[in-house]
Amino acid sequence: MLRLDIEKQLGEFRLSAAFTSEGRVTGLFGASGAGKTSLINMIAGLLRPDRGIIALDGETLDDTQAGLHVPPHRRRIGYVFQDARLFPHLDVRQNLDYGRRMNRLAEDAAQRRHVTDLLDIGGLLDRRPGKLSGGERQRVALGRALLSRPRLLLLDEPLGSLDEGRKVEILPYLVRLRDEGIPMVYVSHDAAELRQLATQIVMLRNGRVTALGGVKVLAAPL
Amino acid sequence: MFEISPTEWTAILLSLRVAIIATLVATPFGIALAWLLARRDFWGKSILDAAVHLPLVLPPVVTGYLLLLTFGRRGLIGGWLADHLGIVFAFRWTGAALACGIMSFPLLVRPIRLSIEAIDRRLEQASSTLGAAPWQVFATVTLPLALPGVLAGMVLGFAKAIGEFGATITFVSNIPGETQTISSAIYSLIQTPDGDAAAGRLVLISIVIAMGALIASEWFARRATQRLHGN
Repeated sequence: MLRLDIEKQLGEFRLSAAFTSEGRVTGLFGASGAGKTSLINMIAGLLRPDRGIIALDGETLDDTQAGLHVPPHRRRIGYVFQDARLFPHLDVRQNLDYGRRMNRLAEDAAQRRHVTDLLDIGGLLDRRPGKLSGGERQRVALGRALLSRPRLLLLDEPLGSLDEGRKVEILPYLVRLRDEGIPMVYVSHDAAELRQLATQIVMLRNGRVTALGGVKVLAAPL
Repeated sequence: MFEISPTEWTAILLSLRVAIIATLVATPFGIALAWLLARRDFWGKSILDAAVHLPLVLPPVVTGYLLLLTFGRRGLIGGWLADHLGIVFAFRWTGAALACGIMSFPLLVRPIRLSIEAIDRRLEQASSTLGAAPWQVFATVTLPLALPGVLAGMVLGFAKAIGEFGATITFVSNIPGETQTISSAIYSLIQTPDGDAAAGRLVLISIVIAMGALIASEWFARRATQRLHGN
């Protein structure tokens, strides 16, 4: 369960959002500039709220009144960025292994095979990120986040930098990922995408939550 | 005839030793400082930045004299080091290395700083969300990606160190076998009657060393860049 009640001033823009999410896949929906990325950056710990609380499964991650801020590397929250952000100096295998090494987890060949099969990236292991297509890069980024064994996965428009053909290529993998049962927060400005993936919707507009509920709230105008 | 005399050999080997030690010791400090200047904001940052560049703009003789005042046997730091740790810089080859390290420091720091500034900070963020503590982010992402800059800085620093003259001769004088580097040997030779041939040989050798360093740095930088661009 993710509980969040925060305020953040970013230049002229004011983000003020509160919601509790029980859903397996929380869709964070809104136009660009609504504050979606800032919000999940705060969940990841990359951005500190000016005021408020963020808690995950009963553990407080941010509490400005108590002066508490758990840094990103101790949150065990995976993050798939819109632009993949694979490490250019490491090959795909090393990128996938990165989270395990940083968290000093034991090697788990079965888990790695499971994830590489799930995302069909077993054939890319020896390649460098520079030699991957956009869709392949995004699949590797998904695998890399998954293999760090997060308790929550944040996805920031993971299809955003792909053309239509590539989106169709990746979407089935995201559905598979959802069916793995790992809780996700999925950011998108595309209602159709969220209808396929999300179990709960948080609608964001100009830095405020305007609607909350099942996927049917997507029918409401932005 | 191109025959190198033992005295000349001594000067060449001493120069290499001084420049290599100066570069190796200065590099970790250079990386730390470059990172600080590139990635952190703090009070007095512009003063620190200026202080790092000072040896570049001060007359070398001033830097040498200041070193003598601070690291000489009666100097503030030099006296303490000599009394407590037995480390003496004055009129020793270690002093030459210190002078060369300080004189080449701005050239060492600059390319490292530029390459750290050029690193996409979003990669560092990605690293932290995967569980990397700040020092791990530095060791596994920042430093490897800054490697071309580190190598370039080391070669530039080495080249400057091996050619350093003014601060070295002011601080540690020109003692054959102890502090007489190629530069100070050339200086002595051209003031000696019949020293021209020997000076000429040393001049040629310093050109060869400098060219070698530049070619090596190009090669390293190209390889490192290839590595980083994911090919």
